[in-house]
Amino acid sequence: MKVLDEGIGKLIQPVDLDAFRKSNQSKPKQLIDKRMSEAEAVERFIHDGDYVGTELYGTVRCPMSLVNEIVRQGVKDLRMAGQGVTELDTLLAAKLVKALDITYIALEVYGVSSVLRREVESGRVETCVEWSNGAIAGRFKAAAMGVPFLPMRSMLGTDTFKYSAAKIVECPFTGKPICLIPALILDVGLIHVHRADMYGNAQIDGISGFAAEMARASKRLIVSAEEIISNDEIRKHPDKTVIPYFLVDAVVEAPFGSHPGEMCYAYERDEPQIKEWVEASKTEDGANEYLAKYIHDVKDHQEYLELIGVDRLEQLQAMVPGRS
Amino acid sequence: MAENGYNPTELLICTASRLVPDNTTAFIGTGIPMLAASLAQKMHAPNLVAVFEFGGVGAILDDLPLAVGERRTFHKAVAATGLADMVETAQRGFIEYGFLGGAQIDPYGNLNSTVIGDHDHPKVRLPGSGGGNDVGSHCWRTIAIMPHDQRRFVAKVDFITTPGYLSGPGAREAAGLPVDTGPYRVVTTLAVLGYHPDSKRMMLLATQPGVTIDDVLENTGFELLMADEIEEYPPPTDEELRILREDVDKDKLYI
Repeated sequence: MKVLDEGIGKLIQPVDLDAFRKSNQSKPKQLIDKRMSEAEAVERFIHDGDYVGTELYGTVRCPMSLVNEIVRQGVKDLRMAGQGVTELDTLLAAKLVKALDITYIALEVYGVSSVLRREVESGRVETCVEWSNGAIAGRFKAAAMGVPFLPMRSMLGTDTFKYSAAKIVECPFTGKPICLIPALILDVGLIHVHRADMYGNAQIDGISGFAAEMARASKRLIVSAEEIISNDEIRKHPDKTVIPYFLVDAVVEAPFGSHPGEMCYAYERDEPQIKEWVEASKTEDGANEYLAKYIHDVKDHQEYLELIGVDRLEQLQAMVPGRS
Repeated sequence: MAENGYNPTELLICTASRLVPDNTTAFIGTGIPMLAASLAQKMHAPNLVAVFEFGGVGAILDDLPLAVGERRTFHKAVAATGLADMVETAQRGFIEYGFLGGAQIDPYGNLNSTVIGDHDHPKVRLPGSGGGNDVGSHCWRTIAIMPHDQRRFVAKVDFITTPGYLSGPGAREAAGLPVDTGPYRVVTTLAVLGYHPDSKRMMLLATQPGVTIDDVLENTGFELLMADEIEEYPPPTDEELRILREDVDKDKLYI
């Protein structure tokens, strides 16, 4: 295939499919109780310099209890696939991110992320490689398929391509230019779900975002769940399983694990809390004070929830249509 | 415009809403596109199929979503799928309209939402493409919604995040983008703009109520082509404003 153009962005995670296969081969296939705390899961499976991915997006179904624990333990020099609001903003504010495959980091209705601006404009985030949302999803899909790249008709003709690590080739079938996006194999994936069993079989309600692809693109996978259910329950509705257990390394029970974001049908997002972050994060001092109060000064997710308060959490549940 | 009873955000929403016909598909992003789609569903386009990039297909927009991944994006929807499926659906040619925004737009409708200044040492780091590049690559017709001033309407954008007509006629096809796709309209507080069918350069089609052609030119940082007849775009109707205020955004989240 004739390469017509190459993005100048760095490929910040190598595409090593055979190492990925070996890693998958070595995962236990027996049914093991993988339940553990956030602290244990982060300590065992996330290391300085790792390439980490999070799902879903915005304020929705984000693995916040795991992200907060990463901040608490100060796991640093992370490379991350960046499409996020609360979770990426938090890790950036804690200065734990060194390189980004970025598609979108901002605060949606609240606009540009002050934290992203500070971290990138100061050069503390050393590398930003650009992608579209579809390209990042496609990169996970390629990894999930176990192939080195996928062709895609996004990014062609733009600076998004120029500053990516994609390539444009002459398609051997049509003769037309096509963009090839490299598989993105994560060292660690973090996914928050509605429910899982102790082995890691996981179910998601509502839209599935890119959970299916990202779970299958992760060498190590930490699943946090609102609720732990029995294996019998899983087997009653196998069509609901988005992530089968053998992909999973750790299962963390995390009620309100997406707070201050939401989980569809379970609880709504906590608008005052999100606004508090939007305001606090406008300055470095403000962001640090927020991280101190809500992460460093509480021992774990349970204490965080106590700080937020039962009344407020129950209100967020009651706001779900049909639950009040 | 306040003396006419509506504010600039309401004007943008009403203008954009009229551009999407019933029984079509539209890729909807956060903010004004959500309000425009909801208003369209409640006015002339009850079967406007709203598509949200993280998996919501065909939601009934009774309540306004605050984010592109939240439950209102698949409220009473026909399907709740995922990100790859949505982008692939657009890539297969199923999505007629796509809404876009950005910090800068050029005469060919190329959009910047990535950086102001140099990429590696930016003056301002903006959010990045998100789904913008995918929408601008695959949807048949894209509608950009922008505030209108010289800082945003520039001869050359600092960074092409999302493709418009790139460098002009034939450039999209030469780059490998799907044929017959591209920018369709730009909706601003001053005007409704389109693109010349041959040169693919931005062209003034209509001014917003009370705005002169000179107002538009003064706020545009490049030479605009002129349609043969430049109309005054009809202002928001009482019915549009009533539905927008009392129903679409009854909780006053955006307007």
